[in-house]
Amino acid sequence: MSETLDKPALNIVGTRPIRPDGADKVTGRAAYGADHSMPGQLVGKILRSPHAHARIVSIDTSKARAVPGVKAIITASDFPDLASEVLEGGEQASNLRDLSLNVMARDKALYHGHAVAAVAAASSEAADEALARIKVTYEVLPHVLDVEPAMAADAPLLHAHLFTEGLEAKATAPSNIAKRHRNVRGDPEGAFAAAEVTVEGRYTTQAVHQGYIEPHATVAAWAEDGRCEVWSSSQGQFMVRTYCARILGIEISDIRVTPAEIGGGFGGKTTVYLEPVALALSRASGHPVKIVMSREDVFRATGPTSGSVMHVKLGASADGTITSAHVDLKFQAGAFPGSPVGAACMTALACYDIANFSIVGWDVVTNTPKVAAYRAPGAPIAAFAVESAMDELARKLGMDPIALREKNAVRNGTKAAYGPTFQNIGYLETLAAIRDSEHYKSPLGPNQGRGVAVGFWFNVGGESTAAVNIGEDGSAVVVTGNPDIGGSRASMAMMAAETLGVPVDRVRPIIGDTASIGYSMLTGGSRTTFATGMAVVQAAEKVILDLRQRTAKLWDVSLDHVVWRMGQAECTDPAKPDKKPMTLAALAAQSARTGGPISAQVSLNAQGAGPGFGVHLCDLEVDPETGHVTVVRYTAAQDVGKAIHPAYVEGQIQGGVAQGVGWALNEAYIFDRQGLMENPGFLDYRMPVASDLPMLDTIMVEVPNPAHPFGAKGVGEVPIVPPLAAVANALRGAIGVRIPHLPLSPPVVLEALDSKAE
Amino acid sequence: MSKTHVTTTVNGDTAEFLASPGMTLLDALRDELGLTGAKEGCGSGDCGACSVMLDGRLVCSCLVLAPEVEGRRVETIEGMAQGGQLHPLQQKFLEHAALQCGFCTPGLLVASKALLDANPDPTETEARYWLAGNLCRCTGYDKIIRAVMDAAAELRQERTA
Ligand code: FES
Ligand code: FES
Repeated sequence: MSETLDKPALNIVGTRPIRPDGADKVTGRAAYGADHSMPGQLVGKILRSPHAHARIVSIDTSKARAVPGVKAIITASDFPDLASEVLEGGEQASNLRDLSLNVMARDKALYHGHAVAAVAAASSEAADEALARIKVTYEVLPHVLDVEPAMAADAPLLHAHLFTEGLEAKATAPSNIAKRHRNVRGDPEGAFAAAEVTVEGRYTTQAVHQGYIEPHATVAAWAEDGRCEVWSSSQGQFMVRTYCARILGIEISDIRVTPAEIGGGFGGKTTVYLEPVALALSRASGHPVKIVMSREDVFRATGPTSGSVMHVKLGASADGTITSAHVDLKFQAGAFPGSPVGAACMTALACYDIANFSIVGWDVVTNTPKVAAYRAPGAPIAAFAVESAMDELARKLGMDPIALREKNAVRNGTKAAYGPTFQNIGYLETLAAIRDSEHYKSPLGPNQGRGVAVGFWFNVGGESTAAVNIGEDGSAVVVTGNPDIGGSRASMAMMAAETLGVPVDRVRPIIGDTASIGYSMLTGGSRTTFATGMAVVQAAEKVILDLRQRTAKLWDVSLDHVVWRMGQAECTDPAKPDKKPMTLAALAAQSARTGGPISAQVSLNAQGAGPGFGVHLCDLEVDPETGHVTVVRYTAAQDVGKAIHPAYVEGQIQGGVAQGVGWALNEAYIFDRQGLMENPGFLDYRMPVASDLPMLDTIMVEVPNPAHPFGAKGVGEVPIVPPLAAVANALRGAIGVRIPHLPLSPPVVLEALDSKAE
Repeated sequence: MSKTHVTTTVNGDTAEFLASPGMTLLDALRDELGLTGAKEGCGSGDCGACSVMLDGRLVCSCLVLAPEVEGRRVETIEGMAQGGQLHPLQQKFLEHAALQCGFCTPGLLVASKALLDANPDPTETEARYWLAGNLCRCTGYDKIIRAVMDAAAELRQERTA
């Protein structure tokens, strides 16, 4: 390839160095959200609604205030009553008023666990005692949890002012349907009428939680002069700053947010729950306030992603060409509008080139926690339905499932179902990687089944800032504004070292607080290695230009005659054969004489993120006695563009698979008749443990993204898209019947086995 | 509510603190002794992030009441690296990229060390079952298990050498 000819070989990108924050993280030194304390801090705690839907008639805090050690009690009346306004900055746009009402309920509690008041006290015991003495008078209202009942005309209304957007005719009455999305191409009805083979099915999924092991935590201080300090674990310190400023009605410049190490987020830490409350308590008490959620709080009041009801119909000709598709997606948004159904509609058919389709999505509010982004938000849910239907279609046509997908695959130049034209995608290569794998050709044992599914995610770019500061000895500090959630410090250091031509251990990557580095959008959408990486590389290139200019002056040659190679300036001027190369260290040592400190900062809005495709292959075994399903072998192939640090790319893929397998087999929010969550703990909300899983094989396909200096594409989100259907399709193969509802827990599987036997 | 004076040994050194009623060992380590390496992921014994050794036995420190450690021996992640040298398990976790966010890592390292102390030559299945009490949401366990098996092999070699 010509590309390898004119690009220098890579020395660092593509290798597997030890991460720069590694020693801190294996010794317990790394400080996460709850690990930081401020002098004189109080304990903050939050009182949560015991009802799924209730009017807050009154809140009497007088007895609670009398508890010794209690320093402040706040309710919604301590926050400004905000108007509705769309706010960018999270993983998805949010409504400012809804954000604020989710942080603290005003007139109504909209789900079990919704915050209604908060206290700050000198001790945990005093705070608990105060919570017990706050008297809230509720008028309990009828509630609705599931998406279809919430859409019914006679459903209990969550918001009196919610009118459906996106309908042909303006909605005249309020409802729980916040929005309808619709995307139609060609003539789907006509094409169905002419189709030789059709399949059709209804699929459902339950709400599941991101399940990060670190509960949300923050400590915040509001000083006498109005300056605020926040330390918190989130996916974006700038997001926390914006949201706190807007929710509390204060200036951005008055808030400084320091990002703690983050103990997992997966999208769930792309919004605020505690930070504005801690700040308001600090203002009211005059002390710093620390709030740490319990695991139960995390389940009841944060995350999850949507439960759904979906309908998919596919039409094809006998040779396997898909001629028509209909996809209908109904998603729970939780207490406020904003489920990921829009992204689900866009991704649902993104892997397929289909002439006629209609995709309809419904965003529906329910008396459950407001959903938060969860890794490729919406895409795994839609893929569960579409990829299950594809499996049925392959069976009906008698076609190999990969051959069917290859026949209908999008390619470079295909206009995607969601609009743009694909370029530089590696989908066919990824399909081929699984088709040609030893795994795909291996035989299955008794009671085993094999499933294939594919998945797509856009990946995003966006706004990022990076600074590269050179030390007097030629070492470098790279400052970025993105929390390191899965090893991104390592990839930042590697890209800087590769560009500068220095060993990776000469580069120290750090993550700045909001007062020390320019703005960056949060870590999410698989954007950091792509967009922030681009800023790092450009800042390093700016440093190199500066170094070349300084050297040109020293040598009295033109800039063109100074090249930067392997970490040193070299003279190419034939008239000056005596000029010895100058290393970065040598140039740094005399920087005072050549113009002062060497550093550069770049802020950009990265465009051209390359979309990612994954193809997964799952083998599982069913215990016919218990219905228990065990995944026995798993291979995930993915187009990653270029793996900067391959071990962390593999890790992203393996982690996404594990979450997807949990979603498919076990995880679900379970509610009782009063609308109270019954399983808000890890014992009953069963996530995969080490003994549940086999080794997870990965195949990294590298079709470079020309928009990135090293060809990287986002990798974090694609791997959670296919597993739900890969597992469901494998189970279909093993037991001979399709279970279209998640989770595929033992009782459900047993029932399917029994019904087959009858 | 009176507090209880507790004297114990933490990572080989004597430690004293005042325990309020209901205080767990995890709270004492984190809030009284400033050892924040053990994490609280659940507070109910279901995630293993708070794993420590108590008299040589692996426990969830969130389930141990602080006064129970009076006169006993506690070992935490902070005591694993010795003399500025990482323990082979710590080193192998880094080499295998067995951590992403790293929040589960202290607990997993303590639990893995307990495994290798009890069984220097575990099978993959034995390692998976031993570590089943330690949740990791980031890695899918693949690289963790590889790191543990690799460290076990290295420790066996060290022993015979
Ligand atoms: S915090 Fe102790 S087991 Fe989870
Ligand atoms: S590395 Fe994040 S929970 Fe294990």
